[in-house]
Amino acid sequence: MQNAIAQRAPRKPASFYRLKRRVVRGLQIFALLLVLIYTLFPYYWAFVSSTKQGAALYRSALLPALDFTYYRQLIDNPIFMGSLLNSAYVAVSTTLLSLIIGISAAYALGRIDFPQRRAMLMIVLMISIFPQVVVLSGLFELINWLGLFNRPSALILTYLLSTVPFTTWILTTFIREFPRELEEAAIIDGCSHFRILMKILLPLMGPSLASTGILAFILAWNEFLFALTFTLTDENRTVPVAIGLIAGTSRYEYPFGQIMAASVTVTLPLIAVVLVFQRRIVAGLTAGAVKG
Amino acid sequence: MASVSLHSVSKSFGTHAVIQGVELQIDDGEFVVFVGPSGCGKSTLLRIVAGLVAPTDGVVAIGGDDVTDVPASRRGVAFVFQSYALYPHMSVARNIGFALETLGMAKEAVSQKVLSVARMLKVDHLMDRRPRELSGGQRQRVAIGRALVRQPEIFLFDEPLSNLDSDLRMEMRLEIARLHNDLKTTMIYVTHDQSEAMTLADRIVVLNHGRIEQVGTPQQLYHAPDNRFVAGFIGSPRMNFMGVSSQATAGRIVGAGNLSLALASSDLENPITEIGIRPEGLRLVAEGDGRMVCILERIEDLGHEHFGYCRISDDTVWVIRLPEAPSPDRIGKPVGLDFADAAVFAFAGDGRRIALAGLQKMAAEAPLP
Amino acid sequence: MSARLARRDHRDAWLFLLPVIAVILLVAVWPLARTFFFSFTDAYLDEPSVYSMVGFDNFIEILQDRSWWIAVKNTLIFAAISVAIETVLGLAIALLLNSAIPGRGLARAAILVPWAIPVVVATKMWEWMLNDQFGVINKVLSGLGLVDHGIAWTASSSLIMGVVIFVDVWMTTPFMVLLILAGLQLISPEIFEAADVDGIPAWKRFWSITLPMLRPAIGVAVLFRVLDALRMFDLAYVLAASNENVMTVSIYARDRLISFQELGVGSAASTWVFLLVAFVAIIIIGVLRLDKAAGT
Repeated sequence: MQNAIAQRAPRKPASFYRLKRRVVRGLQIFALLLVLIYTLFPYYWAFVSSTKQGAALYRSALLPALDFTYYRQLIDNPIFMGSLLNSAYVAVSTTLLSLIIGISAAYALGRIDFPQRRAMLMIVLMISIFPQVVVLSGLFELINWLGLFNRPSALILTYLLSTVPFTTWILTTFIREFPRELEEAAIIDGCSHFRILMKILLPLMGPSLASTGILAFILAWNEFLFALTFTLTDENRTVPVAIGLIAGTSRYEYPFGQIMAASVTVTLPLIAVVLVFQRRIVAGLTAGAVKG
Repeated sequence: MASVSLHSVSKSFGTHAVIQGVELQIDDGEFVVFVGPSGCGKSTLLRIVAGLVAPTDGVVAIGGDDVTDVPASRRGVAFVFQSYALYPHMSVARNIGFALETLGMAKEAVSQKVLSVARMLKVDHLMDRRPRELSGGQRQRVAIGRALVRQPEIFLFDEPLSNLDSDLRMEMRLEIARLHNDLKTTMIYVTHDQSEAMTLADRIVVLNHGRIEQVGTPQQLYHAPDNRFVAGFIGSPRMNFMGVSSQATAGRIVGAGNLSLALASSDLENPITEIGIRPEGLRLVAEGDGRMVCILERIEDLGHEHFGYCRISDDTVWVIRLPEAPSPDRIGKPVGLDFADAAVFAFAGDGRRIALAGLQKMAAEAPLP
Repeated sequence: MSARLARRDHRDAWLFLLPVIAVILLVAVWPLARTFFFSFTDAYLDEPSVYSMVGFDNFIEILQDRSWWIAVKNTLIFAAISVAIETVLGLAIALLLNSAIPGRGLARAAILVPWAIPVVVATKMWEWMLNDQFGVINKVLSGLGLVDHGIAWTASSSLIMGVVIFVDVWMTTPFMVLLILAGLQLISPEIFEAADVDGIPAWKRFWSITLPMLRPAIGVAVLFRVLDALRMFDLAYVLAASNENVMTVSIYARDRLISFQELGVGSAASTWVFLLVAFVAIIIIGVLRLDKAAGT
């Protein structure tokens, strides 16, 4: 034991290690600050810019001028308010529909053993990652045929393409986390599958449904390609398209002030929800990926 | 090899104090076990010794050197984790040899050392396996091997046997005892299982709420606990307790089951509020005999030993260890309990044990030191 | 379980799956089939019912279009570079947020902000910050004396792809961070403590322990991100409409289909996109599987 390999006898004094720890800690905090600035500054800057009028907009003062003219203009703009309503209608309906469809499918995929289960899961996963542009022409035809072209409802239908596989996948992972004994107890008590889902699992799944629902909502609220393609007139647009299509009279008179005000308006509720439900969202986002 | 000393060591996470002012001296070559209920801070204290957790306050010294600020890797310690913490993507051989490899030791020297350690722990036939292909006991051996190969001055074990089933636990307990016998290296061992503590330790440190309740040899803790907590924690089945009232003027203490003990002298400042008697200190006698009465409610027959459950009052049931099973028709009937004066432990309201030298008719021999 | 009980379970399973199957058939399988079908016709969007079959002509026409190949090149460059940067940056930030430093809770929340912002909004915000005359970035750069006059980030054909990648990295690194962080938290802290006691230096701990153990989490995250990057549409479209320097295959296909109303050719382009993405997906999944089989 003379030639101990795990050395003690610190060759450097304790103060060296103390200093080293402080330096590392300092660097970490500095890096963390950089990350915070990198993630938050653009949004802060959008807010600052949206409260500056005229020439002030073109000076780079870091503090907001707190002039809310652009916001008043937005509220008075029936087209923009209409698109906000459209977005809310489309996103809420899509979320509710995909949660209902998703939980039903997730119960079968997560809890019932049937031979084609793995295949179904793979199909669901594949659909959630394939490019939306591929079904564009087919969907175009379908929507025309259903008479939904240039109607917000068309978007609800088409958004199901991405939200339903997504909610199904995540809810399946969540359902699998519940102890099986729970339903085995219910089965012995004589519950049907439907009753198990409604009376046993659903009441327990509030948090899972909330996080899945928030993710589906964000997905639907932010969608651009279908919204751009399947609506034609201003009063039927959703907010992302409305903002995307705001244009000035020329490249040099680009109305950045208004655009930033609109951007802040449509993002604020989203960010509030995200910050409040931070933990749930992270749980939902990672549930499918890490364990799947 | 090295001694360890902790001087007024404290640790808080935020406002929550986990370790409070711990003073402890561990001698070179000693086997010390930290024991206590879950959440008592024993694992944190071990991690403070290892250097994995920095104390909020106090000094940690190893072999006389202050190592409070020295990182874990420079303290000359090896750690065996509760979950074994084997690197899941490395083979058994590489797991054991990884630290040596990191030190830049020559490949052949590493594999030689790894092999000799693996032989010693009987895992040399598993060298190419991954941790997930091993049984719990094998993983445990590999984890010990990983600690052993570095020839540390101090071994630290954090509940190493708690994930094993009981047969394996016995076997590994023997193995660890043998290891200490062979190496004579200082070992600190954390467990919540007091029988592990009793069988392995040279000295036991009983922790509760981040404070040391008592330090002593297994015999000291068993025969002369400092306080009610230690008395209740050490021993299995645990000590029977009962609240009593002191009739200071009459010089007696009385309690349920017709208990009445005469005191030679009484300390009016610090009256006895509770007494305790271990299950093995009680004898079952006929009704009317003995010093207490109770109702025998149930008998547990474990083959080699028997336990009787005696109801003394509505909320007090005592356990008695019986040399042989009493006849079943005594169940449900009143019986007598007898005990020697030396079997009685008395406690003050603050939990401290009061030495019962003053108890009349007290057996002459004092408890073991 | 008796065969009859099992059968009843299977029937119940399909009942629960009925809605999702209906949705998949309606908005995925049927439109996909129609897209494939249209790609063999010469139909136009304004009169889809009038068409004749043209065989593989549309597919060949796409392959002969120089713009298509530019779009393919753009898409692949965009996907490769942005995902590579996101992975490295995501790993770095995840490791930072996994260490016990004050303020990491705040940072974990803040990191979600870029992810939650709609692509359109994020694009507009950065477009404004990168504006050649009034953008804050050019102001800072010239204030530091690094440039004499503002750089036309979004107008210059050589810089615009960089801008697209930069904005995409800003928006999607959080996703990487979250997935890698989740992977990190699956690793028992005792593993790192063991490495600490063993005296494994930080760099070796990263290469020999952290990274190998994170491989599955990173693999899944990269797969998701690559497939997502390959279908990217909104960012490049909002920033530069159909600017050839950043035109992706999704923009190309939609242009042919909607702007030029070429239902047949557009569908063929979409089909090519589908094949491209499927091809890349198979390769990536194959690489991940091979690693698993090799067990390294």
